[in-house]
Formats: sequence, C-alpha cells, structure tokens
Amino acid sequence: MTPITVRVDGASYTDDVEPRTLLVHYLREQLGKVGTVVGCDTSNCGACTVHLDGEAVKSCTVLAVQADGSEVTTIEGVAGGAGLHPVQKAFHEMHGLQCGYCTPGMIMASIDLLKDNPDPSDDEVREGIEGNLCRCTGYQNIVRAVRHAAAEMRGGANGVPSGSVSPAVVDTAAAPHVAVQS
Amino acid sequence: MIPAPFAYARPTTVEEALQAIADCGEDVKVLAGGQSLIPVMRLRLAAPETVVDLGKVAGLRGVRDDGDAIVIGAMTTHSDVLADPLVAEHAPLIAEATGTVADRQVRHRGTFGGALVHADPAGDLPAVALALDAEFVVAGQSGRRTVPAGEFFVDYLTTAVGEGELLVEVRVPKYTGWSMRYEKFNRVAQAWSIVAVAAAVRREDGRIAEARVGLTNMGPTPLRARQVEEALAGAEATAEAVAAAAERAAEGTDPTSDLNAQADYRQHLAKVLTRRAVSTAAGL
Repeated sequence: MTPITVRVDGASYTDDVEPRTLLVHYLREQLGKVGTVVGCDTSNCGACTVHLDGEAVKSCTVLAVQADGSEVTTIEGVAGGAGLHPVQKAFHEMHGLQCGYCTPGMIMASIDLLKDNPDPSDDEVREGIEGNLCRCTGYQNIVRAVRHAAAEMRGGANGVPSGSVSPAVVDTAAAPHVAVQS
Repeated sequence: MIPAPFAYARPTTVEEALQAIADCGEDVKVLAGGQSLIPVMRLRLAAPETVVDLGKVAGLRGVRDDGDAIVIGAMTTHSDVLADPLVAEHAPLIAEATGTVADRQVRHRGTFGGALVHADPAGDLPAVALALDAEFVVAGQSGRRTVPAGEFFVDYLTTAVGEGELLVEVRVPKYTGWSMRYEKFNRVAQAWSIVAVAAAVRREDGRIAEARVGLTNMGPTPLRARQVEEALAGAEATAEAVAAAAERAAEGTDPTSDLNAQADYRQHLAKVLTRRAVSTAAGL
C-alpha cells in the first residue's frame, strides 16, 4: 500500500491505496464520488473525465498514486456548492443528453475546453470533446449545450452563440423540441 | 479491468530513478504519463513486477533554448509541447503532429518522451523526430549518451534505450527558414494513424533546396523516405515535381496489413500523403 494525499472537490483526503488502484476507482469506491462513471475498458470513451490540477484527464487511465499531492475536481464538485455550473445548466436546458451516462465526462471535458477557448465554433466543440463518446449519438444537442454555456459564461446576449444559426434550420428531427424550450 | 499487482517506486531525481530501475531487476516498467502503459497494463498485456513512476522526478519537464537546438524534457506533456513558443517557432512540425495525438485528456497526461520511447509504429511523434534529425539523450548509471534519431528506433516497440537506462531529453535542431506539414490519415477522431507523413521543406528561390520526409506506420519503425528526399533536393517547386517525387514514398517500405488497411493500401496512402505534406510545406 502507498500513502496518498489528495484534495477532491475541496476536501482533503489521506489514504493508503494499492498502487494499481485507478483514480476512478479510488474516487468512486473509497471516496464515494459515484458521479464519475466508468464507461469503457480502453481509455476511449471519456465518461470518467475529471480535472486533475485543473486539466481534464481520463481517471481510468491515471493511477490513484499519480494523483498524490494533487487537486481533483469531479462532476460532484464542479459547481462549487449549491446549484449548477453553467455547463451543467446548459446541458439541462439544451437537452444535451439522452441516457445521461456520458454526461459527467462530457461536462468535465467541455469545461476544460471552454477554459482554453471561451467561444468555440461547432467544429471546435466537436474537436475539443473528441475524447468523449455518446453512445446515444446525441451530439447535436451536446454541441449546442456547450455553445450555449460558452455564451452564458461570456455574458453573451441571451445565451445565443455568436455566429450560429437558429437551431431548427440546421438540426435533425430532434431539434424542434429543444428549440421550444428556449 | 485493473492492472495486476505491482511494486511501486516514486523517485524524485533521475539518479534515484536509475537506482530504482537497477534495483528492480528485469521486470520493470517506467511510467511517464501512462497513456499507453496503463491501458496495456489494464488489459493485462503487460504485468510488470515493478513500476517506476517518473511523475515526481524534477527537471524532466519543459522546453529550453540551447543555441542551435531546442531541448524538450522527456516528461513534458503533449499539451505543454503544444503551448510552447520555442516549439512553435523552431519545430512547428512537432506541435502540428502533437495536436493530432489522441484527445485533450490524453494530451494532458501523455508525454513527449513517453510516446517516443513507447515507439508505437502508429504513434505520431517518432516519424517527426526522425524527419527532424532529433537527438535522444539517454541516462544510465554510468553517465549520459546521445543517440541520433536514425539509431533510436530499433524495432517494433523497441528503442535504443537499454536496460537500466532512461530517456531524459530530446534535442531538436532549430529549423530556421523551413516550412513543415504533418498529414495524418485515420478513420475517426482520436484514432491512431493508419499512415501519416511528416515533411519539412526549405525553399530557395523557385526550388526546393532540401526536404525531409518521415513516414508513420509504414513498417515496425518510423522511416525516412530517402528516395523522395533525394528526388526533391534541387527540384523545381512545382506540383508536378512534388507529385513525381512523392511516387517514390513507398519504396523500400514493408507496412503491415491489419483491420484498418492492407499493406498495398498503406503504400498508396504513403504516396498520396507525401504529396500533400510536401506540397503544403512547400507552399504549393
């Protein structure tokens, strides 16, 4: 066993872990942070994305011992208290999810993207979250949610992404019911 | 899946790391960013007795100016390489290829040196290092030695880094007055290269004075397309001349056939991508 000290969602933890323990299993099983999910066995899907010292990582491909001395933020701590983070809110409002399994990772990856690029185009969103898979293929609304959140976070006009067209013009059959919400 | 149990060493200096590797016998793996090693261990394709984690070793991260070269620390992450102004100025080919590696999450953890030592034939950085004539500084308990890129990649997943040694940094000559392009062919986002081509070109007047071309995934190691380079040297900088030279890109290659592509398709891709990469680098 190896001792580690990690700060997770604002609280400090000191634990002994087996070196082979993956960070995602430490978070879920030892700390009870089950908001972070395990989606795949191949480091592909990104569902387990958390922030390690402020950068998005796939927590199934980080050993818990590698996080020693670091700060981890999970989906459970991303709002920093009550309420929702603007990206969480945007996924809710834009229906950026179907089954919801990929959502914690999508949101963590999107926050990481928006930190570097506060006003991404549709293509930049798609490229920026290429490490996250939605098995429902609900990408249209995910992209819309990320751009909506970007506009909110920039304090843009009514949350309308700059340079974008009306959702109903470009989107698939799923779009109208989202358009009705806004 | 979780990895099989292993003993874990967490050195803080290169000397400690070398000692830990020496102490652990033959069945030891060095952990850099872990973006290849951890998946391989999870799938139980590797089950080392000991893992030596370089994460806390000081002095292996960052890029520095060293006169006629830039020096990239082995533990510099892909995302730090991407953001580095020295890389952007003197070796933009490295930044361009690094930007195609996997996805943001993997680039935050994966390291420049780790990707090179892993030496996956489908990895993007080995062919770039080869094309740019990088030099690899390898530390052992008896001191440091420098290995030219042409001798570094020995075989499939095998480099000149010997038992008990560590890659500590990579020297990349400054390419002043050169233009570069990395052309990668893969099927879906975050996938490995089926084939990719790294090209660097120096133009003089209306001619291509020099060209360097590296091939990704055209054999068990990265390759230089020497015949293309020779055909381009002194050639007119025209689309026709580049296309003619690029036709030689597959000469002497022995690519694998797998689920993604047959060998002859890879050879076809090598020619097409070489033409595109050299054309773009040459401003055509």
